[in-house]
Amino acid sequence: MAASVAKEYKTVSSVSGPLLVVEKVSGATYGEIVEIIHQGETRRGKVLEVNRDRALVQVFEGTSGIDLPKTRVRFMGKGIELPVSEDILGRIFDGFGTPIDGKPAIIPDKSLDINGSPINPYSRDYPLDFIQTGISSIDGLNTLIRGQKLPIFSGAGLPHPQIAAQIAKYAKVRDGSQFAIVFAAMGITFEEANFFIQSFKDSGAIEHSVMFINLADDPAIERIATPRMALTAAEYLAFEKEMHVLVIMSDMTNYCEALREIAAARKEVPGRRGYPGYMYTDLATIYERAGRIHGKKGSITQLPILTMPDDDITHPIPDLTGYITEGQILLSRPLHRSGVYPPIDVLPSLSRLKDRGIGKGKTREDHSDVLNQLYAAYASGKEARDLAAILGETALSPLDLNFLKFAAAFEKKFVSQGAEEDRTIEQTLDIGWELLSMLPEEELKRVKPENIAKYHPAHMQNKK
Amino acid sequence: MGSIIKISGPVVIAEGMSDAKMYDVVKVGNPKLTGEIIGFEGDKATIQVYEETAGIGPGEPVESTNMQLSVELGPGIMGQIYDGIQRPLEVLNAMSGCFMARGIDAPSIDKKKKWDFVPLAKKGDSVSQGQIIGTVKETELIEHRIMVPPGISGKLLLISEGKHTVEETIAVIETSSGKKEISMLQRWPVRKGRPYKERLAPNAPLVTGQRIIDTFFPIAKGGVAAIPGGFGTGKTITQHQLAKWADAQVVVYVGCGERGNEMTEVLEEFPHLKDPRSGRPLMERTVLIANTSNMPFAAREASIYTGITIAEYYRDMGYSVALMGDSTSRWAEALREISARLEEMPGEEGYPAYLPSRIAAFYERAGRVISLSGIEGSLSAIGAVSPPGGDLSEPVSQGTLKVVKAFWALDTALAYRRHFPAINWLTSYSLYLDAVSGYWKKFGEDWRELRAKAMALLQKESELQEIVRLVGVESLSINDRILLETARSLREDFLYQNAYHEVDTYASERKQYGMLKIILDLHEARMKMAFEGQPAKDILMMKVTADIAKMRLVPEKEMESKFLAIEKEIRERKSSPGGM
Ligand SMILES: Nc1ncnc2c1ncn2[C@@H]1O[C@H](COP(=O)(O)OP(=O)(O)O)[C@@H](O)[C@H]1O
Ligand SMILES: [Mg+2]
Repeated sequence: MAASVAKEYKTVSSVSGPLLVVEKVSGATYGEIVEIIHQGETRRGKVLEVNRDRALVQVFEGTSGIDLPKTRVRFMGKGIELPVSEDILGRIFDGFGTPIDGKPAIIPDKSLDINGSPINPYSRDYPLDFIQTGISSIDGLNTLIRGQKLPIFSGAGLPHPQIAAQIAKYAKVRDGSQFAIVFAAMGITFEEANFFIQSFKDSGAIEHSVMFINLADDPAIERIATPRMALTAAEYLAFEKEMHVLVIMSDMTNYCEALREIAAARKEVPGRRGYPGYMYTDLATIYERAGRIHGKKGSITQLPILTMPDDDITHPIPDLTGYITEGQILLSRPLHRSGVYPPIDVLPSLSRLKDRGIGKGKTREDHSDVLNQLYAAYASGKEARDLAAILGETALSPLDLNFLKFAAAFEKKFVSQGAEEDRTIEQTLDIGWELLSMLPEEELKRVKPENIAKYHPAHMQNKK
Repeated sequence: MGSIIKISGPVVIAEGMSDAKMYDVVKVGNPKLTGEIIGFEGDKATIQVYEETAGIGPGEPVESTNMQLSVELGPGIMGQIYDGIQRPLEVLNAMSGCFMARGIDAPSIDKKKKWDFVPLAKKGDSVSQGQIIGTVKETELIEHRIMVPPGISGKLLLISEGKHTVEETIAVIETSSGKKEISMLQRWPVRKGRPYKERLAPNAPLVTGQRIIDTFFPIAKGGVAAIPGGFGTGKTITQHQLAKWADAQVVVYVGCGERGNEMTEVLEEFPHLKDPRSGRPLMERTVLIANTSNMPFAAREASIYTGITIAEYYRDMGYSVALMGDSTSRWAEALREISARLEEMPGEEGYPAYLPSRIAAFYERAGRVISLSGIEGSLSAIGAVSPPGGDLSEPVSQGTLKVVKAFWALDTALAYRRHFPAINWLTSYSLYLDAVSGYWKKFGEDWRELRAKAMALLQKESELQEIVRLVGVESLSINDRILLETARSLREDFLYQNAYHEVDTYASERKQYGMLKIILDLHEARMKMAFEGQPAKDILMMKVTADIAKMRLVPEKEMESKFLAIEKEIRERKSSPGGM
């Protein structure tokens, strides 16, 4: 940074929307943070452009009430930073890193630029290890891997907050290494925030968590900083303190809307559906902060949550997210309506990194077979269900009827589970076997004979 | 030296730049960030900066290197991983750790390493530009052929056998404008195609081992192909498959604005995977360019040019080179972003009006050529396209469609059903059939007819499926039911190919031909049975179908005997005991 001493100016020449122009500035740098002081109140902003001695500043809290001659602008000579130390665990901050849990500010180890730096692709290690969420349809079929970014695509009114809280409560790595959760809330309601905070406190998860809460009525622009605050905390815990960190971010849709709002205020040429053309790159600077690094023990795993506007997966927010993340977990409104919790639609869901993170020594040797067979059988069951809807159940062959029953049982026993129910991967796979035993054994084409002999309930009974 | 007057993201304007030229590489601000001059107005230069510009301000210095954005070419490139402006990522990792620091620079090619130079020309020979005057063993697989740099011709005054670094003089040439010292290191500006003697039409396939590509929609050596698809449809896996198994001698893989973990996967896998033809580790023939989505997007724009220039250089040595770009859409988006910062007039969807010509110019650098040294080389280019929402009506897809000759359309519905590769057989196409037919005749005189027949069956299947949906399969004639069975077998037993299965991942030409022949022979046999009036049950339920379903998994070594057995069974027309 060019200047680390703050300089103050009273030379605001114009205000429009959230933007200020400050004249006769010397030493301002691109991207540095400013404080705008007006009638004893301090707002924050960021330098968007510097042209000779003019600086274009974006004010996070908006410019309403600001009048030119009285406003002072202080250039801080640095970007937005988050003070960190191990004491951030157990704490709750606002979206800008200020404590809101009534406890004193932390005594920082150091302050880190929240934008971080890109991980050198050469320095990455491929994600290979399992995180158990306790949810069967994730652990069994769309396994989350340490270092992965796996979003939940939800819709308005679907129970993603409950799922997020449940995962925060039960998620664990099973090799005994240190595990932490960083939770970033963006633009959520006060009630929803309370639900999360209460649930983190009740379950005790708060002890190994850091929460950043940006509420719906907080400045939209602060929302741009919130996930970066969270990821900076996560990088510190993962790569300096050797923890496996799970970052839950909700709701990325609110984040993207803030991005659009700012682009509109800057009168940028809008891209698809009004979102800025650089949204892909912007989201990538968030999502790509997940990963493992060669020679470091910790990892960052991301579980971003977004609500698809109109349940439309081709909307730019889920679309661009899907292009960056390593799979997606899709929630289904029909399943939700029919009372299935969590309403995870396993067919269009996918964890792209699961294959190398499951199996012997990771989860269990039969995992891959069970996964493929459950997937295929449920797909057949859903097809039979569609057919029955057109031609009636009488038109189905006995085998199709069997698959039809399987699909119903799968939704009821495998996908459905209590919000307080924490299943181990073994329990998940055993439920899978119980369901597969509903089908004729010769239909289990995706399972190796040795796994059938070892895990199929019929064979297990024979052994007893 | 000039000084900065304005900064807006990656675009910086500096004044006092009259000493610099358009396209010069410059060092920007106190941290000496790398940038390139992309516009001039009087002494004011507009600079595209390839690193994050936060923290720099007006008044900071800008210095020209008086060189255009170039790549370093010479022994030592093979097996490397570079960023978009050819900075060696392994070296940067050693210098500044696992996060990318700003303003650091490292030589693209190791300047200390000594290579054993073996001359092919001798003192007194007259040599011309592009001529190969010696070789160096770069890897077990690649003989690096040292060429006289373009623009230099004359009499060899000296040529020096033995161990040299890339910068040491290995030859001196007496040119019309004086003596020129030649080293093994060349520079070439990335935005300019390297010269060659003559362009030839493609005449052989780039064999990829992927059945739907080689048999149905082939790409020729020196050809251009695009692979568009929404997220999760298989663009990257297909590109990785090609990088692994294509019978190119050199592969340049450009990860342009995509995931870091995908580059890691290549870096971890390729040193262990063996090239099916040479048995050597794939990394010995591979160069990686990684400018992932979170790295500065201005360098993403440059990355595909860095990649294709390196590819051209190996083409000039007489190699068949394949370049993969994943994804060209991210390159186009970077172009759009820079254009917006320059306040250019936006065209369709905000892309600059020159987007189509830039796309065309990029693919135009592929081709089969006679190089300046008189030997043949080829450069095939395969670009992934990532259309928003999977909708191909957008400018990047459309601009690409106009220039590529093989088009592999990935289909979200197929990917959703886990049919991989999810390349749609009804909408994809290749214009290289004539170019590759001669090659395939070696494996079967009737290759082209078989392929046409299979395509026709699949086309007919899609029409019949409409009818089946309305009235059920029972109402179809036996011939149509046979057709549906054959089409199903084509899809599931031939087109489906699991990239993760150790055998299925690659199929030789012989195996591809054999599989297709068997499926269509069974079709003929069934048609005959129907003509003879045999019962539908016997025709449709034949025992041999179980073996046909397993053909993909038959290792190449056992193929001959297994396939002969299947052919025999087809002739014997055994129906399956008790039906299904
Ligand atoms: N040929 C294939 N064989 C097996 N699985 C595949 C194949 N192609 C794609 N897949 C599956 O599809 C997923 C997405 O593929 P990918 O190439 O990453 O998609 P894209 O690059 O288009 O987003 C992979 O993780 C894998 O599970
Ligand atoms: Mg991809």
